[in-house]
Amino acid sequence: MTMASTASPRRLFLGHSYNLVGVVAALVILAWTLIAILAPYIIPHPIGDIVDDDYFGPMRQGLWLGSDYLGRDMLSRVLMGARYTVGISLAAVSIACFSGVMLGMIAAVTGGWLDTCLSRFLDAMNSIPSKLFGLVVVAAVGSSIPVLILTLAVIYIPGAYRFARALAVNINTMDFMTVARVRGENTAYLIGSEILPNIIRPVLADFGLRFVFIVLLLSGLSFLGLGLQPPLADWGALVRENIGGLPFAAPAVIVPSLAIASLTISVNLLIDNLPQKIRDRNA
Amino acid sequence: MTNLVEVRNLRIEATTDAGRLVEIIRGVSLDIADGEIVALIGESGSGKTTVALSLMGYARPGCRITGGEINVNGKNMAALSEKERAKLRGTDIAYVPQSAAASFNPSSTIIEQVIEVTRIHGLMPPEQARKRAVELFRALSLPDPEGIGARYPHQVSGGQLQRLSAAMALIGDPKLMIFDEPTTALDVTTQIDVLKAFKSVMRAGGIAGVYVSHDLAVVAQIADHIVVLKGGEVQETGTTAQILSAAQHPYTRELLAAFEPKPRQAHADADAGAKPLLRIDNVTAGYGAVRDDGLPLIRAVDSVSLVVETGRNLGVIGESGCGKSTLARVIAGIHPAAAGDIVFDGKQLERAARKRSQDQLREMQIVFQYADTALNPAKPVEDIIARPLAFYHGLDRQARSKRVDELLDMVRLPRTLRYRRPSELSGGQKQRVNFARALAAGPKLIICDEITSALDTVVASAVIELLKELQRELGLSYIFISHDLSVVEAICDEIMVMYNGERVEQITPDKLKAPTHPYSKLLFSSVPKLDPTWLDGLARDPELVRQYGHR
Repeated sequence: MTMASTASPRRLFLGHSYNLVGVVAALVILAWTLIAILAPYIIPHPIGDIVDDDYFGPMRQGLWLGSDYLGRDMLSRVLMGARYTVGISLAAVSIACFSGVMLGMIAAVTGGWLDTCLSRFLDAMNSIPSKLFGLVVVAAVGSSIPVLILTLAVIYIPGAYRFARALAVNINTMDFMTVARVRGENTAYLIGSEILPNIIRPVLADFGLRFVFIVLLLSGLSFLGLGLQPPLADWGALVRENIGGLPFAAPAVIVPSLAIASLTISVNLLIDNLPQKIRDRNA
Repeated sequence: MTNLVEVRNLRIEATTDAGRLVEIIRGVSLDIADGEIVALIGESGSGKTTVALSLMGYARPGCRITGGEINVNGKNMAALSEKERAKLRGTDIAYVPQSAAASFNPSSTIIEQVIEVTRIHGLMPPEQARKRAVELFRALSLPDPEGIGARYPHQVSGGQLQRLSAAMALIGDPKLMIFDEPTTALDVTTQIDVLKAFKSVMRAGGIAGVYVSHDLAVVAQIADHIVVLKGGEVQETGTTAQILSAAQHPYTRELLAAFEPKPRQAHADADAGAKPLLRIDNVTAGYGAVRDDGLPLIRAVDSVSLVVETGRNLGVIGESGCGKSTLARVIAGIHPAAAGDIVFDGKQLERAARKRSQDQLREMQIVFQYADTALNPAKPVEDIIARPLAFYHGLDRQARSKRVDELLDMVRLPRTLRYRRPSELSGGQKQRVNFARALAAGPKLIICDEITSALDTVVASAVIELLKELQRELGLSYIFISHDLSVVEAICDEIMVMYNGERVEQITPDKLKAPTHPYSKLLFSSVPKLDPTWLDGLARDPELVRQYGHR
C-alpha cells in the first residue's frame, strides 16, 4: 500500500475520528451534567424564595432569566430543574436499558418457551399507552422521585428488550456462537463475552435515544401535574407552571423549553456523530 | 482503434476511514479484441473485480478512477458523464454478477427482470423483448424456455439463475460482457452446464468478454487470453496456452503449482495402529416435524455409517445439499441425530453436544467454512485462541499468553497478529486462527467443514499443507468435508461420496480414477482440468446427467 496523501476533512484524536457537530453536542450534554451535579452550590437564590415584586419579570441584572409566575428566580429554578430532569431520566433509562438488554440477550440465547413467554409479556406491556400507564401509577401510589423513576423504567423496558433481542438473534446465528456452544460454555459467558461486545454500539445509541424519550415523557407527565410536586420542579413542570406567561413572551416559559430542546437535540446529534474508531493501522 | 477495449495505465484510488488514499489499481493496461474472451485472474484483493467494473466506468463507493484511459468501443469510459455511462451500461457493456441469487429481485417474475434492460433503454417493445428472452433461454439451454420466465427467482436452481442473469445481460445485445466469478458458488456438476452455455452463446454472438475468476482450470476452458493480476498490477499477459504451458511470472507459477497433484506421504503406521477413533452406525438426521417412527420429515442424512481410524483422515465429498455439512453437525452434536450410534474413542457419545462431557467436547473440535462468521469480530485474536485454554485447561494468564504464542507459531502466523481483530486479517489468516482455536483445545479429531472453499487456490493449498504437517506433529485425525475433489484427494486416506443424504461409495484416493458408483463417476469427471480442450472434449453419459445432474 502506498501513501498518496493524508489530506482529511475529519479530525483525528486518540485513534478516533470525529466531527464538529458531535463535539458541540457532547459539550452541551457535559455542561448540563455538570450543572445537574453542582446546581445546589451555584444557584443564586433558593428555589422557593420569592425575590421579585413582579411576576413574569423580564431578564435583568440580578435576575438573569427573569422571574416566574410567583416572582421566583428563574435561573435558579432552571439550574435545579436540570438536576431532576437529567437525574431522574438517567436513572430510569439505566434501569430500563440494563434490564431490557439483559432479558433480550437471555431470550435470544435461550430461545424456546422462555423467549416466547418474555416476548409476549413484554409485548403486552408495550401495548399500554405510556402516558396513560404513568397516569394510573401516579394516581394509585402518588408521585415521588422513586415512583417516577421506576414507572419511567418499566414503560421503556419492552422497547429496549425488543431492540436488544433483535440484535442478539442475529449474532446468535453466527458460527462463533455455535463454536462456543459446542465448547460447552454457559449462558452467562455467551451473552457477556460473545454477544454483548458485538451489540454494544447500537445498544448505546439506543440508550441515548431512550434517554431522550424519557426526558420528554417526564416533562410531559410534569406538564400534566403528575411529575415532581412543588416547590421542586423539573423542566417540564417549569413550562407548565409558567404557561400563563406565554402571552407576555416571558422568559420563564421560553427558557425551560429551550433547555429541554437543547438537551434532547444534543443527545440525538451525539448519537448520530459518535467518534469512529480508526481501524486503518497504517495511517 | 483496433481493439474493442483498450485500457491504458488505469489507476484507481480508495479512501480509508482515516482519510488516507490508497492506490488499489496501479497502472493496469489491457486490450480485448472483438469477440475475444479475456480472463482476469488473481487472488482476492488483487483488484480483478475492480478492473472489470471500471470497464463500465464504475468504481465502488469510496473508490475513484484517478488516471488512465478506459476506451470501450471508441469511448473513454473514465471521461464520460454518469448520464452518458448509464446509456452504455446494459446496451454496449453488460455485467453478470457472482451471486445471481442475490441480484434477482425476489418479488417479481424472472422474465420481467430479464427484459427490464430493454424497457429502460427503450430498445424494443415488450412483446418482442419477451420473444427475444425466450430465444436466449433456449440458447442458454435452460429447461422449459417458454415457461421458466413466469417463475420467481426462488423457484429455479442456482445454476439456472446464473444462466438467467446471463440472459438478462445478453438481451441488450452488448458488445462486451463482464462475468464476475459466475460459477464460483456452483457445484462442479452444475458448473459444467453453465460454462458450456456461456461459451456457446458468446461464440455464436461474437461477443467479447471479461471473465473474472480465481480458478485457473475454469478460465482455461473459456478464455482466449489470460491477464494475471496481483496487488493492483498486471503480472503477466498471454494467450491461455502460453500461460498454462510456459508461465514466466512466479505468481502465475504458484497458481499453476496449486493444481499439480501433491505426492502423498504413505502412512507408515497405516495398518499397525489402525484402531477406530470414531465410528458412527446408521445415523439418520434431518429437519422438520418428527413422524411416528421418531424420524424427521426431511432426512438430510439417511442411515450413514463411517469409521475414522486414529491418525488417519476421512474425506466426505458431495454436492451442496447432499447432507455432508449436516453430517458434520450431527457428529459434533450441534444437530442431534434422530437415530443411530456415535462411538468416539471407545465410548458411546450422547447425540446432543449439551449432554456430552467437557472432555468429550474437547477431544472433538469442529472448524467451520467461513472464518468470517466463526471468529467473533469484537475480540482480538489472542482472546479467541486463549478461551479454550482457560475453559478446558484452566491455564492462568501467563501460561495462556505463552501457549497462544506457540499456537500462532504452529499455524505459521506472526506473533504480532495476536492483538488484531479478525477484520484486520486476510482470509487465509482468519482460517488459520480458526484452526488454532481448535488446536488450543487439544483435540484428537478435528472436523473440517469446507474450510478451504472460501479461500483462493494458492492460499487453500498452503492451508492443506499446514494441516498435513500438524497431523504429523500432533497425531490428529481429520474428517474433511468438501465439494472440491482435489482438496480431499490431497489429504485423505479414505474418501466417502455422499449423494442425497446417503453414502454412495467409499474409496481410497489411488482408486479415484476408477469409481464404481455412477454418481461418483459423474462427480469426478466434472472436475475441471487445466487442459483448455477439456470442456469441449468432455463427453458425459446423458443418462447419468439426467439422473444426478441438477439442471
